[in-house]
Amino acid sequence: MENSIIDEKIINDLLPQKFGKAGKIWIALLTVICLVGLFAYYRQLRYGLVVTAMRDYVSWGIYISNFVFFVAISLVGSLITAIFRLAGVKWGSPLTRIAEIIAVAAIIFASLIIIVDMGSPERFYYLFTHGRIQSPIIWDVIVITTYFFISLLLLYYPLLPDIKILLRFKEKSGNGLHKFYGYLGSFWKGTPAQFKLSEKAINILCITIIPVAFTIHTVTSWLFATTYRPGWDSTNFGAYFIAGAFLVGAGAVVVAMYVFRKAYHLEKYITENHFEKMGRVVVLLSLLYLYFNMNEFLTPFFKMKKSEEGYLTGLFSGDFAPVFWFAILIGMIIPIIILLFKSGRKPLPVFIVGIMVIIGAWFKRYLIVTPTLLHPFLPMHDAPASYLHYFPSWEEWAITIGSLAGALLIITLLARIFPVIPIQETLTEQHEKAV
Amino acid sequence: MEKGNNSRRDFLLTGLITAGLISGCAPKADPFEAGASDIAVASGKKVKLLSVDGEEIEVDEAFLKPVPHMPPVSNTEARIGIPGKKFVMVIDLSRCKNLKKCQSACNHAHELNPGENWIKVDPMQDAEHTAPYWEPTTCMHCDEPPCVKVCPVDATFKRQDGIVLIDSDRCIGCRFCMAACPYSTRVFNWGAPEIAPAIAAQPYSCETSIPQKKGTVGKCDFCADMTRMGELPHCVSACPNGVFAFGDINEDSVSNGAETFRFSDLIKDKGGYRLMEDLGTKPSVYYLPPVSRNFPFESGLENDKVQNK
Repeated sequence: MENSIIDEKIINDLLPQKFGKAGKIWIALLTVICLVGLFAYYRQLRYGLVVTAMRDYVSWGIYISNFVFFVAISLVGSLITAIFRLAGVKWGSPLTRIAEIIAVAAIIFASLIIIVDMGSPERFYYLFTHGRIQSPIIWDVIVITTYFFISLLLLYYPLLPDIKILLRFKEKSGNGLHKFYGYLGSFWKGTPAQFKLSEKAINILCITIIPVAFTIHTVTSWLFATTYRPGWDSTNFGAYFIAGAFLVGAGAVVVAMYVFRKAYHLEKYITENHFEKMGRVVVLLSLLYLYFNMNEFLTPFFKMKKSEEGYLTGLFSGDFAPVFWFAILIGMIIPIIILLFKSGRKPLPVFIVGIMVIIGAWFKRYLIVTPTLLHPFLPMHDAPASYLHYFPSWEEWAITIGSLAGALLIITLLARIFPVIPIQETLTEQHEKAV
Repeated sequence: MEKGNNSRRDFLLTGLITAGLISGCAPKADPFEAGASDIAVASGKKVKLLSVDGEEIEVDEAFLKPVPHMPPVSNTEARIGIPGKKFVMVIDLSRCKNLKKCQSACNHAHELNPGENWIKVDPMQDAEHTAPYWEPTTCMHCDEPPCVKVCPVDATFKRQDGIVLIDSDRCIGCRFCMAACPYSTRVFNWGAPEIAPAIAAQPYSCETSIPQKKGTVGKCDFCADMTRMGELPHCVSACPNGVFAFGDINEDSVSNGAETFRFSDLIKDKGGYRLMEDLGTKPSVYYLPPVSRNFPFESGLENDKVQNK
């Protein structure tokens, strides 16, 4: 009897809620940013990539940086859901849905932004009709598609028991949404056989998603590392990218945890203990990423080969030095210092650290792409003056910021439709605790 | 064919008419006798021509008959290349004074968007105390081309005769090839290229690389259409100083138009080398070092300004 009252309370706490005033303003703001981005993309389609500031030397710009950023963030789905689950980390279960939602939103926009970067996007399907397996781009297409579907399923299967609960609240969810829930999961009766099957499927997905996640970001790093360019020609690149991806993904999760906790009053479900634990995860990942950064920069710096000299001095003390040291400090050093203290692992400081990590990570991706391209082997000489430097045009900023807003919009909408904390799992854990 | 490549074909046709007439006009026999029945009656208007012997001769205008041109090569054929050939270029740095005639001839012949160059001429100085020199670069037409390796859709390809070309109808504009090329030779059409509408409307040919298209990559094509006709690329014939020599490594001969060299002797005697040999790309373009120069480095400076656009 007492149990069912607690159950109802939990369900009531965790059901998706309609947007309040702040939510509506948030949605409107994101939509406007997306529309500006769409307008910029319309201009790009009409006039060509000439509307960007990219030219023959800097032939990849913030679109590609942003692509790498999205792929990096999407890795969090595998970290929180799969690795925690397989390692038997129980406290992580309220965070799995948040992680999967972020992963799906990020991987969608990673694919979109790569199409945006193409000079002839109307030929996108050539990748499938004329694809050649020896090109790392094709590897990327294959693994990103695979990762997208696994992520989608990892979001969907654990949702099924929750959808059964949601279907009970027709008046709360409204007609349209109720129909949508029915469409998604009315076949789920919650029988032990179904639970067993779902458990098995989720386990298989968790095991497969880990190598696929490692592959998507390793292959993304190979888009650079398979070239001869100074700064890209590195055997460290795969591991360096993966470490950075786990860090920014964990940063995104703590930010989302904080925001959802505040917006939906989930203090009982996402506790201070979660922030304490995630804080430890973030500090570990920051240290790991710092280690790979040392690997990436210290040995070339020691040798100062002529072909890399311009690139390295540009980063350490030249044009890119402010951004470089900013990204290192805000993306790794300061987070490590804050999180090493117990009081630094309270919700608010962890949230701030998460934001710092994300901003640092975005600029880090910028530094991975642009400085290398500005240091080719042969001198940049016999070319128009505009080819010799790079600062993104307003269209590039609008499209890039629009894509970030778009990802946030998808995250917000998914959180509106589905419970951000798995209801059924919370109930089960509650029952286990009671016994 | 009439629709295709108007201005260039017309130009070539005129050349071929002249060539045809000259060979037919040796003063031994009446060259027009055999075909006289289907030729119009003499109009009385005379055209002056130069014979192979250097004599000035007069021919009636009505006898001028176009020599049929070679049929255009389909893009499928263009992917295969010319059997038995392996093209090479030798660039003699001791002869270059940055005149950039190569560049303008190339830009004109390929109808490039203004400001874009497939041939670049860079002032080079390898170390503090070494002498500066001018270095023209084209596509290196590598035997292990990094650009071809990374192309996801087979838009850029290497032929059996060693030439690396681009199919602009296939290129998706991902620019991975540009990132992969260590010689920074590739050029992107960021916007719609400014070319005559009649040329822009032509079907794309891999061998002429015309017309360049918005959102696709372009680069030096070793003038594959010229080499198919047994002629020299435009940069080679445009250079008044004979910097470029072009030929077939299987025949062991290269020519700059005025002189013909045995390729192996040239490389041996002058210490020929290739750029960035350590990368293993195996270029088809060889360089001769800037020794015993024809011009001082400074003579090229006035022609060297960074373009403003």
